Amino acid sequence: MTYALEISALAKTYKGGFQALKGIDLTVKQGDFFALLGPNGAGKSTSIGVITSLVNKTAGQVKIFGFDIDTDLEKAKSYIGLVPQEFNFSQFEPLVNILVNQAGYYGVTKPVAMQRAEKYLKQLELWDKRDEPARALSGGMKRRLMIARALMHEPKMLILDEPTAGVDIELRRSMWNFLRELNQQGITIILTTHDLEEAEMLCRNIAIIDGGEIVEDTSMKKLLAQLDVETFVFDLQPNLTLAVLTEFAEKSHSIAYRVVDDHTLEVDLNKSQNLNQVFEQLSSANIDVISMRNKSNRLEALFVSLINKKSNVTQGKPQSALVGAN
Amino acid sequence: MNNSIALKSILTKEIQRFTRIWVQTLVPPAITISLYFVIFGSLIGSRIGEMGGFDYMSFIVPGLIMMSVITNSYSNVASSFFSAKWQRNVEEMLVAPVPNWVIVAGYVGGGMCRGILVGLIVTIVSLLFVDIQLHNIWVIIATVTLTSATFALGGLINAIFAGSFDDISIIPTFILTPLTYLGGVFYSISLLPEFWQGVSQINPIVYMVNAFRYGFLGISDVSLVTAFAVIGFFIVTLFTIAMVLISKGIGLRS
Repeated sequence: MTYALEISALAKTYKGGFQALKGIDLTVKQGDFFALLGPNGAGKSTSIGVITSLVNKTAGQVKIFGFDIDTDLEKAKSYIGLVPQEFNFSQFEPLVNILVNQAGYYGVTKPVAMQRAEKYLKQLELWDKRDEPARALSGGMKRRLMIARALMHEPKMLILDEPTAGVDIELRRSMWNFLRELNQQGITIILTTHDLEEAEMLCRNIAIIDGGEIVEDTSMKKLLAQLDVETFVFDLQPNLTLAVLTEFAEKSHSIAYRVVDDHTLEVDLNKSQNLNQVFEQLSSANIDVISMRNKSNRLEALFVSLINKKSNVTQGKPQSALVGAN
Repeated sequence: MNNSIALKSILTKEIQRFTRIWVQTLVPPAITISLYFVIFGSLIGSRIGEMGGFDYMSFIVPGLIMMSVITNSYSNVASSFFSAKWQRNVEEMLVAPVPNWVIVAGYVGGGMCRGILVGLIVTIVSLLFVDIQLHNIWVIIATVTLTSATFALGGLINAIFAGSFDDISIIPTFILTPLTYLGGVFYSISLLPEFWQGVSQINPIVYMVNAFRYGFLGISDVSLVTAFAVIGFFIVTLFTIAMVLISKGIGLRS
C-alpha cells in the first residue's frame, strides 16, 4: 500500500547542535485526517519543514505518495498543499494575484487558476476582498487566505500548522466544517495544533511528538480508550452547606468525591463506574444537581500524561499511571 | 509540470511589483538623469569640449543609460528577493515544484525588465537634451540585455546572503557606485595614465559601458570581442553561484 506520507529514521540537527528530530518513524494513510501533537519545541514544525522541503534533513527518508523527496522532490512537492503557522504571503499584493501566482508555480494555467481562485475565495468568504492587498485583511481572513492558497493546485495532501490559532470560535467551527468536507472529498489532511479539542473533533489518527521523538502513534479511539479516569464537575442546588457536602463525600466510599465549595462537587470516575451511581447517591442524600460538565478536555489529560511519562523515563523515574483530568 | 507557466508567474509578479510602485522605481532615474544632463552635459560639458571625437553630451549619454540599467537591474532583484525572504513569501516558491533555474530566471528576468524599461525612459529623456545617433542597434541590444542580466544575477546573490535591509544597500553603495563612476561613463579611459588604464581593465563595467557606447557612437576603449567575453564570463559565473546557493538553500532553508 502506498502511504500519503511515509517517514523513516528522520533526523534533524540544526547548526549549533540542537537535535530537533531524533530519528522519527511515521506513516499517514491516504485519505486520513491525522493530528500531530506536541508541546512547543517538540519537533512538529521541523517535521513539517522537512516534508515540505523548507528544512534540510540531516538523515532519514521521507516519501510523499511513494515519491522520495531525495530523488523525486518536484513530484513529491506537487502532492502537498501547505498552510503554515505564520503568515507568509506578500502583504502588498491583491488576494487574487497571490492565488493565481501560487497556482502558476504548480503549472496551473491562468484561466483555470482564476476559476479556482473564485471558487475558494467564495467558499472561504473572501471574494469581496479579492482586489484588496493582503495587509488589509483581519487575522482570521489571512488564515483563510492561506487555506485557499494551499488548495489552488488541488493537492492530494493538505498540511496545516495550527490553522485556527487566533481565530474566533464561530470562524473556527466553520473552518472545521470546511476541512471535514475536504477530507470527505478524499484529501489527506495532517494537522498540528495546540487545541486538543480540535484534534479530538477532527482527527481519526494521532501522533504525539516530544523532544524530537514520537511518544505515541495510534488512532484517536485507542488513545482515548487509554483514559482510566475522568473527572466530572457537579453544580448543585444553592441552599447546601459545606458541612453537609463534606459529610456526604466522606460517607460515599465507593466513589471519590471532592468538595470544591458549598455548591460544587468534583467526582473521579473510573471505567467500572458510571454516572447513574453518582446520581443515585446524590438523590438519596436529597442533593439536587443543577448542571454537570467534564472538568477538562479528555485528550489534554492524556497528552500531559504521555509527555510526563516520557519525561520520567528520560530522567530515570518510575512511570506514573495515567491519571484523570485533575 | 509546465515550467514555462511557473516562469511566467514569477516574471508577472515581478513586473507587477515594480510597476505598482512606479513612483519609486521608474520616476527617480528619469529625474536623476535629467540632472546629470543639465549639470554635466549643459553646464560643465559645454566647457569640456569634445571627447573621442564627439561633443561631451553625446559621449556621456550611453554611459548614463547603462548606469541606470545597471543600478535598476541590481536593485530590483536585491530588494524584491530580500523582501520575499523577509515576508517569507519566498516559501510559496520553495514548497512548489518549481525548479531552481526557474526561480533564478524569473527574478533575473524581472530585474532585466526593470533595467531595460528604465534604460528606455532615460533614453527618451536624453532625447530632450541631445540628438542620439545609432551605430549598431544589435550591439546596443546585446549589451544592454547581457549587462542587465549580469547585474540582476548580482542583485539576487546579494539578496540571498542579506540578513537585513542594510545588507542590500552595502554592495550598491560601496562597490557598484564606485565601479560605475570609474567605469568610463564620464570619460574615456585612454585619458588616464597608463597605470590607471591597466587598473581600469579589471573593472567589468568598463567593458559594458564601452560596448554600449560603440553601439551608439562607433567608438570604444576596448575590443567588442573582449567586452562580450568578459560579460559572458560574469553571467556564467554569477548564474552558477546563484544556482548553487539556491540548491543548497543558503539563506532560504534551515
